Amino acid sequence: MAAQAQLLPGTLDLLILRAVSLGPLHGYGILLRIGQISGNALLIEQGALYPGLFRLVRQGLLKASWGTSENNRRAKFYELTAAGRKRLREETDNWNRLATAIGAALKAQLEEV
Amino acid sequence: MRVLDSLRFRIASLFRRSQLSAEMEEELRSHIQLRADDLERSGVPRPQAERRARIEFGGHERFKEECHEAAGGAWGESLWQDLRLAFRMLRKSPGFTVVAVVTLALAIGANALVFGALNALLLRPLNVPQADSLYGIEHGGNGYQSYPNYLDERDRNRSFADLAAYNITDAGLATDKDPSHVWVYEASGNYFDVLGIQPYLGRFFHRSDEHGPSSAPYIVLTYAYWHTHFQDDRGVLGRTVQLNKHPYTIIGVASPEFYGTLLVFAPDLFVPMVNHGQFGAENDLNERTKDWVFEVVGHLKPGITPAQATADLNSVGAYLEKAYPNEEDHWPFKLVRPSLYGNFIGSAVRAFISGLMLLAGLILLAACANLGSLFAARAADRSREVALRLALGSSRGRIVRQLMTEAVLISLVGGTLGLLGSASLLRRLSMWQPFSRFPLHVPVNPDAKVYGVALVLALLSGLLFGIVPIRQVFRANPYEVIKSGSTGIVGRRVTVRDVLLVVQISICAVLVTSSMVAVRGLIRSLHSNFGFEPKNAMLADIGLGLAGYSGDAASAMQRRIIDVMETIPGVSSVAFTDMPPLNMDGAMSTVFTDKMTDLRPANAVATAYMFGVTPGYFDAAGTALLAGKAFSWHDDKGAPRVAVVNREFTRKVLGSVNDAVGRYFKLRDGTRLQVVGVVEDGKYLNLTEDQQPAMFFPILQFTSGQTWLVVRSDRDPQQLATAMRGKLRDLDNGLLAYIQPWNKELEGVLFPSRVATVSLGILGVMGAMLSVTGIFGMAAYSVSKRIKELGIRIALGAQHREVLQAALGSAVKLLAFGSTAGLILGILASRLLAVIVYHATPRDPVVLAGVVLAMGLLGLLATWIPAQRVLHIDPLVLLREE
Repeated sequence: MAAQAQLLPGTLDLLILRAVSLGPLHGYGILLRIGQISGNALLIEQGALYPGLFRLVRQGLLKASWGTSENNRRAKFYELTAAGRKRLREETDNWNRLATAIGAALKAQLEEV
Repeated sequence: MRVLDSLRFRIASLFRRSQLSAEMEEELRSHIQLRADDLERSGVPRPQAERRARIEFGGHERFKEECHEAAGGAWGESLWQDLRLAFRMLRKSPGFTVVAVVTLALAIGANALVFGALNALLLRPLNVPQADSLYGIEHGGNGYQSYPNYLDERDRNRSFADLAAYNITDAGLATDKDPSHVWVYEASGNYFDVLGIQPYLGRFFHRSDEHGPSSAPYIVLTYAYWHTHFQDDRGVLGRTVQLNKHPYTIIGVASPEFYGTLLVFAPDLFVPMVNHGQFGAENDLNERTKDWVFEVVGHLKPGITPAQATADLNSVGAYLEKAYPNEEDHWPFKLVRPSLYGNFIGSAVRAFISGLMLLAGLILLAACANLGSLFAARAADRSREVALRLALGSSRGRIVRQLMTEAVLISLVGGTLGLLGSASLLRRLSMWQPFSRFPLHVPVNPDAKVYGVALVLALLSGLLFGIVPIRQVFRANPYEVIKSGSTGIVGRRVTVRDVLLVVQISICAVLVTSSMVAVRGLIRSLHSNFGFEPKNAMLADIGLGLAGYSGDAASAMQRRIIDVMETIPGVSSVAFTDMPPLNMDGAMSTVFTDKMTDLRPANAVATAYMFGVTPGYFDAAGTALLAGKAFSWHDDKGAPRVAVVNREFTRKVLGSVNDAVGRYFKLRDGTRLQVVGVVEDGKYLNLTEDQQPAMFFPILQFTSGQTWLVVRSDRDPQQLATAMRGKLRDLDNGLLAYIQPWNKELEGVLFPSRVATVSLGILGVMGAMLSVTGIFGMAAYSVSKRIKELGIRIALGAQHREVLQAALGSAVKLLAFGSTAGLILGILASRLLAVIVYHATPRDPVVLAGVVLAMGLLGLLATWIPAQRVLHIDPLVLLREE
């Protein structure tokens, strides 16, 4: 737990899209999935997920429908829309470019100093 | 499109709110349950598991709020919250709310009222098709024209599609029994076709109906007259009625919206102008020197500009000048808007209403300044609340929005109230009939434009005075405020509030000054010398022509009427005149010296008013004879032409009063007249005119269609009128008489100044009220702000005078400063007033003293309560409280 990193602003949406891209999930499931794929390295306040979900639904990147969870609880399931899938691709590319650039910059600085 | 969608979404989300909330609630709950299930599975007992799940979830309400915002419902919802809070805050301080709402209601109401009049009289075009291209023609600065000139203009111009003419007169209309009095438009045959309008019933008359003088005995009724006098009877078409004892056929009814081309006057019926001989003098239709046609109007041809049309008309004028050198001069043409009779009524109305609009705008500005400082004071009082909210994490923007919501809420409520009030006043004004004689028509019913302007003004003023306290919010430092309580910030000596108050007081002083100037002017004009004595005199408009008398028969009838009137006990003198002075109408003629032989208008020495009077008129009217003698009944058609002139006439035409009697002068048609008497100067057309020359002719040598009886007697007017009516009935049952004390008759000429005085008086009272509330607010606030300090001063032994000075000194200083500025501005503004209100001069010690006294009293009134509060401060109680 102590090694968990704070999320960069704006990255939660990307993580949600990524998590949902692997199949429809309810909110709690999305949290678990993010934990799973990130190796539990990220600190996410549970409730903070929901404003993000509503925002993505409003932007038409996710669509939601009520269903039943694996242990028979009513829950709202989210899945990607076509627009969401496209956005995920773009954001992933962006992120990779950014990460590479920042990584390179930090490395270069070390060598030159 | 996107904006619309987003708006729709937001509005829809407002209504979806409860559903959305429930769903959100369920989703969040389901999350906690799922988490608790997981924890339970890992061995935590259920109750603890649920507790932990809730804690891990974090701030439930906060996330819900954020979810709402993310889902797009935040805008409408927070507005709703702001509104509810605003309502609660305003309800908590009802005094403040009522003062603010009433102030705004009055200010917005005044603006809506004046704008309603402005809209109806100046902005709204005549209710005819293509009113934009409809113009009236003025010739030589005169609206009146002669009929032959009209015909030449109509036939010789190339800029107008066609030109129509009309004249206003009155007549006696008999359907089967005694005639009743009607107001008539004598219209050229093409009048309705030029305007392009259709009848409601039957047909209009056309140019093809005209076949020379008195060839078209047709009547078109206005809808209103048809409705009230013929009870909407469709069978009226084709009916023959008697108009001035001549048979006429009713051929049509105009549509309800059409009441002629003069905005303020609604006639009863229309007749063809070629029949003018049956209403006025027979030869009027042929004489180029008789200007009796009220107005000439027409549509410009497409593509022709007013300037081109004016040039075109001036070339017609050049032709007239060459063809009729004795009748015509170089008189330029002018195009005017026809609805208010060009520049005659129009310019005065325009100047007056624009002035009123300006003053009303100032009232609104003063009200905004007033409310702005009230709001600023309130915001300062609420600085603790604001600071607390800031400290708890509210954004400044949110707080500003809250304050603005309050301001706009007040302005909308006040604006709506004001609008409702002014709309009902406007509706009543539309039905107002200030003259019993003239069918005044003031169509000032409010329309969408008035409502729109009032609401926009309300919103704007809400934003305006809402902005005032905003700087305060942005400057507020929550830690300081909470630490030290509400601070009496010392430092800046002149605050925005002070400036606002000075502005407001000076605006109010302007209003008070101008209303006092107007009232003084009106009082003076009521007591000025008219050149006749309206007291103890009765005026009767006797329609001899309406009863079928003309020429010698009319003269004989006049003598018989004078004879019988003189038999009424208590009557000292009786006379006829063709037109009493100050009766909104006046015939004029150019005058030449006796030596002049070339009687071109350019060679005239003066233009003088003409009156035809019977012997004894000067006694009956109370006009003093300065030299010579009055007429006798021997000055008839066979006798040499004679005249009595006023002093101004002798000065302008003859030289001096003393040797005027016996000398001669000439009229436009070459007639040579001998002066037999000189009378005092007077007012002839209106009270504000410069002294004009006037000449009086024996009525037997100067026939005219109209006849007014003047009866001087100190008997009770009512009894006298009854007696006069009885005598007239004995003579001829068909005589229509309109009898009224001369004083009453003068109301028409005093009408403009009376309207000006009343409206300025109302605005002045409003200004006074605003300055009272403004000063009161400021003084009360500064007292409540400094009450602790004042208590300490009293405890340390300060005297009443010193405490009062400390508490109210600045308010009084601001009052004095603002009043002085306002007084000076008001004096400057009053110069404009002199145009409308006779004798309106601001350089009047009574006015100056009055304004100073009024502002002083207002200040005293407004600071009275705060001063009382200061004087009753008990330092012990005060210090214990804190």
